[in-house]
Amino acid sequence: MKKRGFLFRKSVDIAVRAFSALAVALAAAAMLWIFWELFARGGAALSWSFLTNPSKPYGIPDGGVANALLGTVFITSGAAVLGVVPAVCAGIYLAEFRDTPKLSAAIRFAANVLMGMPSVLSGLFVYTVMVAPTGRFSGLAASVALAVIMFPVVMRTTEDMLSMVPYALRESALALGMSRMRTTLLIVCRSAGNGLLTGILLSLSRVAGETAPLLFTALFADSWPTDYFSGPTANMPVLITEYSTNSPFAAMHAAGWGAALTVTALVFLVNMTSRILFREKHHGN
Amino acid sequence: MKHSFGDCLFKWGCLFCAAMALLLLFGFFAQLTAGSAEAWRRFGFGFLVSSAWDPVAGKFGALPAVTGTLLTTAIALIAALPLAFAAAMYLTDAPRPIALVLGHAVDLLAAIPSVIYGMWGLFVLVPLMQDHVQPFLVERLGLCGLPFVNRDFNGFGIFTAGIILAVMILPYICAVMRDVFVMTPPVLRESAFGVGCTRWEVARDIVLGYGMRGVMGGVFIGLGRALGETMAVLFVIGNVMKMPDGIFSGSTTIAATLANNFPEADGLQKSALFALGLILLCMSFGIQSLSQYCLRADAVRRGSR
Repeated sequence: MKKRGFLFRKSVDIAVRAFSALAVALAAAAMLWIFWELFARGGAALSWSFLTNPSKPYGIPDGGVANALLGTVFITSGAAVLGVVPAVCAGIYLAEFRDTPKLSAAIRFAANVLMGMPSVLSGLFVYTVMVAPTGRFSGLAASVALAVIMFPVVMRTTEDMLSMVPYALRESALALGMSRMRTTLLIVCRSAGNGLLTGILLSLSRVAGETAPLLFTALFADSWPTDYFSGPTANMPVLITEYSTNSPFAAMHAAGWGAALTVTALVFLVNMTSRILFREKHHGN
Repeated sequence: MKHSFGDCLFKWGCLFCAAMALLLLFGFFAQLTAGSAEAWRRFGFGFLVSSAWDPVAGKFGALPAVTGTLLTTAIALIAALPLAFAAAMYLTDAPRPIALVLGHAVDLLAAIPSVIYGMWGLFVLVPLMQDHVQPFLVERLGLCGLPFVNRDFNGFGIFTAGIILAVMILPYICAVMRDVFVMTPPVLRESAFGVGCTRWEVARDIVLGYGMRGVMGGVFIGLGRALGETMAVLFVIGNVMKMPDGIFSGSTTIAATLANNFPEADGLQKSALFALGLILLCMSFGIQSLSQYCLRADAVRRGSR
């Protein structure tokens, strides 16, 4: 190893430490900057009528985002209904049934790869499977696309959470004569309940703002989302995209910022709720 | 041990759900391969190296989109990697309350939906790039003498997209690195401090040496995110289907091309878009496999699995 003077080493160390503090400050500043722009530009557009009126084409007054907001809630809850139960079951298989280690490893690998898969490909997949054969864009197709994105995330968190439940708990339940199914569902899943809920909510907050898959599945409509099962459905992310890229009008841009602020607030509300849930669990133990 | 009927059903049901992960992965490949068959038949492997994109003449090639994808990803990694490493280093050593608050701030960057990054990029970053950053880089610093740096700029393009991607992938890389750093045995670090190493030397020689594979896994996870990111890139890349002149020129990425053209495409163009999707899927599959390999190797080394 090269011999270096004490002063040189000390100054390199100080420089690196300054850089690392700067890096954190930069990341935090980027976050604050994005939020500041969101509040400054989106706050002006927010009003009660903005949140309660449906969206309207440019030029017609009193446009809002209510239909898109409702559509996003529909699509996201649809994804939860479709995706959560299979994903939790899949996680249970990985955590509780250890008699096929090779298969489990392959499934775990597939889930990890799926987690990093570009979301736009999930949109393509659902387009081919659901939209192209029926010839109809629908909110339901969008829910399926989001469920595909959620599935591996919830599955892996479920496995992690169930693996943290102590073995003695399972053994005592089985020793009392409970069946395997009741042990898993009533004892193991219940004691990991908060963790499971956190995982589900976090993945929901992630897919709620997901845009790319919705471009091929839900499209957009200025109407209320009554056609959830059979036709284009209004939703926030596509509304933001349309208003800010396909419109030259400042009024639409302002509405887009308002919608962006609303979506971010929604996403953060869910995100924070789940984090607090998890923290409480830690305190409880 | 005797299994009841309910237990059996439960187990097979769970197995079926778990197997859906494999089926989905297989389905992605099958569907994209089937959809792109026509394009591969028509263009063969020339599709990969052709830079034509002319829906009217029916000529398509993947090169511009692939180049744009690789360039934006490269810029994002070059910008995000040192920052993520340094930030992770700071956060592992900082006093607990500070680390908690700042760590959350960095994590929140990952929670912002990508379309919000796109908007921020379009309305805030692009004008800033156009009026201040790019003139400064090109005219003041005279960077246009370098290869791949072009003189004409308008704020949109590969460079801006790369910067946004850097902000987006930083929290992911940083989170994995923090996990790896925290798991370095304290004894190793303390003994290094004991023989008089500075903090930087400990980080470089001990922590990084010990967790190199884990760090690589984090890098690949960030890489995968940057490759497939759609909305943020779509807003600021300029969507030009031709080979870029340099890093300031408008371009496109695979994901942005898909989002932009797929809804209106049909026939051969749709098939070509599926072929692009297949290329993206293969790239992303390769990257994710590598990251899994690295993280697994790291975990095995630590004996935790």
